[in-house]
Amino acid sequence: MYTFSSKLKTFSLILMVVGLLGIGYGFLTAPKDIKEVEAILAAEHHGHGTGHEAAGHEGHEAKGHDAHGAEAHKAEATEAHAPTVDPVHHDAVPVANVAEKELDSMHVDTVAIAAAPVVHTEAPADLGIRKHKTEKVDEHAEHEKHLNHVLHQLQNKPWAALYVACIFFLLISMGVLAFYAIQQVAQAGWSPVLFRVMEGITAYLPVASVIFFILLLLSAFHFNHLFVWMADGVTDPASPNYDKLIAGKSGYLNVSFWLIRAAIFLIGWNLYRHFSRKGQLAQDESSDDSNYKKVFKMSAGFLVFFIVSESIMSWDWIMSVDPHWFSTLFGWYVFASFFVSGITTICMITLYLKNNGYLEHVNTSHIHDLAKFMFGISVFWTYLWFSQFMLIWYANIPEEVTYFVTRINDYTLPFWGAVVMNFVFPILILINTDFKRISWVLVMAGVVILCGHYVDFFNMIMPATVGDQWFIGIPEIASVCFFLGLFIFVVFTALTKVPLMPKRNPFIEESKHFHY
Amino acid sequence: MSTNKVIHALYNDDDVLMDAVKQTRKAHHHIEEVYTPFPVHGLDKAMGLAPTRLAICAFIYGCIGLSTATWMMNNIMISDWPQDIGGKPSFSYIQNMPAFVPVMFEMTVFFAAHLMVITFYMRSRMWPFKQAENPDVRTTDDHFLMEVAVSGNENDMVSFFQNTGAVEVKVIEKH
Repeated sequence: MYTFSSKLKTFSLILMVVGLLGIGYGFLTAPKDIKEVEAILAAEHHGHGTGHEAAGHEGHEAKGHDAHGAEAHKAEATEAHAPTVDPVHHDAVPVANVAEKELDSMHVDTVAIAAAPVVHTEAPADLGIRKHKTEKVDEHAEHEKHLNHVLHQLQNKPWAALYVACIFFLLISMGVLAFYAIQQVAQAGWSPVLFRVMEGITAYLPVASVIFFILLLLSAFHFNHLFVWMADGVTDPASPNYDKLIAGKSGYLNVSFWLIRAAIFLIGWNLYRHFSRKGQLAQDESSDDSNYKKVFKMSAGFLVFFIVSESIMSWDWIMSVDPHWFSTLFGWYVFASFFVSGITTICMITLYLKNNGYLEHVNTSHIHDLAKFMFGISVFWTYLWFSQFMLIWYANIPEEVTYFVTRINDYTLPFWGAVVMNFVFPILILINTDFKRISWVLVMAGVVILCGHYVDFFNMIMPATVGDQWFIGIPEIASVCFFLGLFIFVVFTALTKVPLMPKRNPFIEESKHFHY
Repeated sequence: MSTNKVIHALYNDDDVLMDAVKQTRKAHHHIEEVYTPFPVHGLDKAMGLAPTRLAICAFIYGCIGLSTATWMMNNIMISDWPQDIGGKPSFSYIQNMPAFVPVMFEMTVFFAAHLMVITFYMRSRMWPFKQAENPDVRTTDDHFLMEVAVSGNENDMVSFFQNTGAVEVKVIEKH
C-alpha cells in the first residue's frame, strides 16, 4: 500500500492555495472598462513607442486622443458621428461588448467580411496610416472600437488562463484513460504492473469533469466571452451582431446542444473509468476471469466511444473558439497532444513511486517501454502538427490561413517553441536506448514534453480569446499551479486506496518478469 | 598441438546451446563462432559479444541525408534560380521550408536506411556470389553448432563438450 507522503501533500496544498490567490488576482486586475484599457495602452505605447506602432499609433494618439482626453472625445464621438459608427459599439451593455469582440475578431478574416455584408467593414484600428486620411471624429470612433476590442481581450485573459489549465489537466487524465483502455484491449503483457498507477491518475477525471463542466456553464451563461459564437444576436439577421457564417453553423454551434454533448462525453468517460476500475478490483478478489473479460469488452466499447467523442470534443471545446476556422485533422492533433502528455505523466509518476520504493516489480524495461511511447507519440504529434500547418500554409486559402497568420505573428515564440519542446528536444534525447532507462533523463524530457503540450494548448485557445494581449503571467501560471496541485492531491490520494499491484490479472506474472 | 584445429560441437536445442555457451565461457575456452538456424535470444549476451554500433551509424547517415536534402533544395530552389512558382516565397530557405520538409524527411530516412543496410552487408561480409561459410548444412535447418579453438588437451576438450549435451562433437583441421 502506498502512503501519501506528507511533504507531497503539503506541496500540493500550497500549489492550490497559491494558485487560487493568483487566479483571484488575475480576475481582480482585469480591466473593468475602457478607461482602464486606455491607461494600460498609453503606458505600453509610451514605454516602447517605436517601430510600426510609432508610425501609426503615436501619430493617431497625438491627434485624436492626447489632445482631447478620454472623456471629451468619447462624448464628442457619440453625439457627432453616429452614422459612420454602429450605435451598438458605444453601448456599455455586456452583450454588445461581446458583439464588438466578434466584429473585431473578424477583421483578420477577410473572407468572412466579404461573405457577411452586414458586418461593419471599416478598416481595423491597427492600420494607422490609412486612418490618417479618415475624418477626425471617425478616428475617435475607431479608437474607441479598438479600446473595446482590447478590453474584451484583457477581460478574457484570466478566464482563458483558467480554461487552458483546466482542459489540459482534464485531457491528461483522458490520455491516460485511453492508454489504459488500449493496454486492456491489446492484452499487453508488460503493462499490468502499471495499471494501478494509471487508475490512480484517472481518478482525477471525475474531479476535472465537474470543474470543467462548470467552466463551460459559466461560458454558456455569458460570464465570459471565450466563445464568440455564443454572443447574443449573432444568428439574428436583424441584429448588428449578425454573423452569417456563424448563423450557418448554428444547427451545431448552439449552447444547449453544445452543453448536452459535453455532458454526454464527460458522463461516458467517467462511467468507463468507474466501471473499469471496479471490474479490475473485483478481478483481484474473484476466482475466475469473468471480471477481466468484462473489463476487456468494456474497454473495446469505450475506445469506439472515445474516438468519436474525442473528435467532437475537440471541435466543441477547442476549435469552436475560432468559429470561422475549421480543420479536418484537428481531432487527431488534439488527441496526439494529450495522449503523449498522459503517457509522460504515467512515466513520471511511475518513476516517482519506483524511486520511493513502492513499485517492486517495475524494472527499467517497463520504464523503457513508456519512454518509447513518449518518443513515438511525440513524433506522431509533430507529424499531425506539421500536416495541419503545411497543408494550410501551402494552399494559403484566406479563410483557413488566418489561423496561422495570427499565431505566427502574435505568438511567434510559443508557436515555434512548442515544436522545439515537443519534437526537437524529445527526438534528440529519447532516441538513445540507454537514455530511455535513466530516470533523470526521463524526468527532464517529461517536464519539457508536458510544458510543451501546455504551450500547445495555450496556442490553440489564446489567440482566439486574448489575441495579441497574451502573456504567460500570474493568471496563467497560477491556474497551472492550482490544477497541478489539485491533480497531485487527487491522484496520490487515489493511489493510497488500493495495493499498487493487481493480484489476479491474467497477464500479471508475465508483466512482473517483463524484460526487454 | 596443432594451432588450426577446431572443435565442432552440435546441439539440437537452443536452450542446451545457451547452457553450453555459458559453461564454455566459464571454462575459458575461446568460442570462435556459433552457427544457428534462427536468432537465439540472448545468445550475444551469453557469448559476451560487444553491442552493435549500427544504430549510431544510422543516426549519422540520417544527419548526412538531412544535410544533403537541405543543401540540394537550397541550391536548386533558392540560390540557383529562385523563380516565383505559384507565389511561394523563394527569398530565403526558411521562408519556403515547409514545402521542403517532405523531401528532407524522405532523404533522411533514405540515407539512414540504405547506408545502414550497406554498412551491415560490408561489416558482415555479405555479397552476391559469395562462397557460403557454413560448416555443416544442418545448421541452417535444425541444428546449432559451436566452433571452439582447440588449445591444450584435445581429448579433455572433446569430453567436456560431450558433457554439455552435444549430440555430436568433431575435431576438424581448419585450412
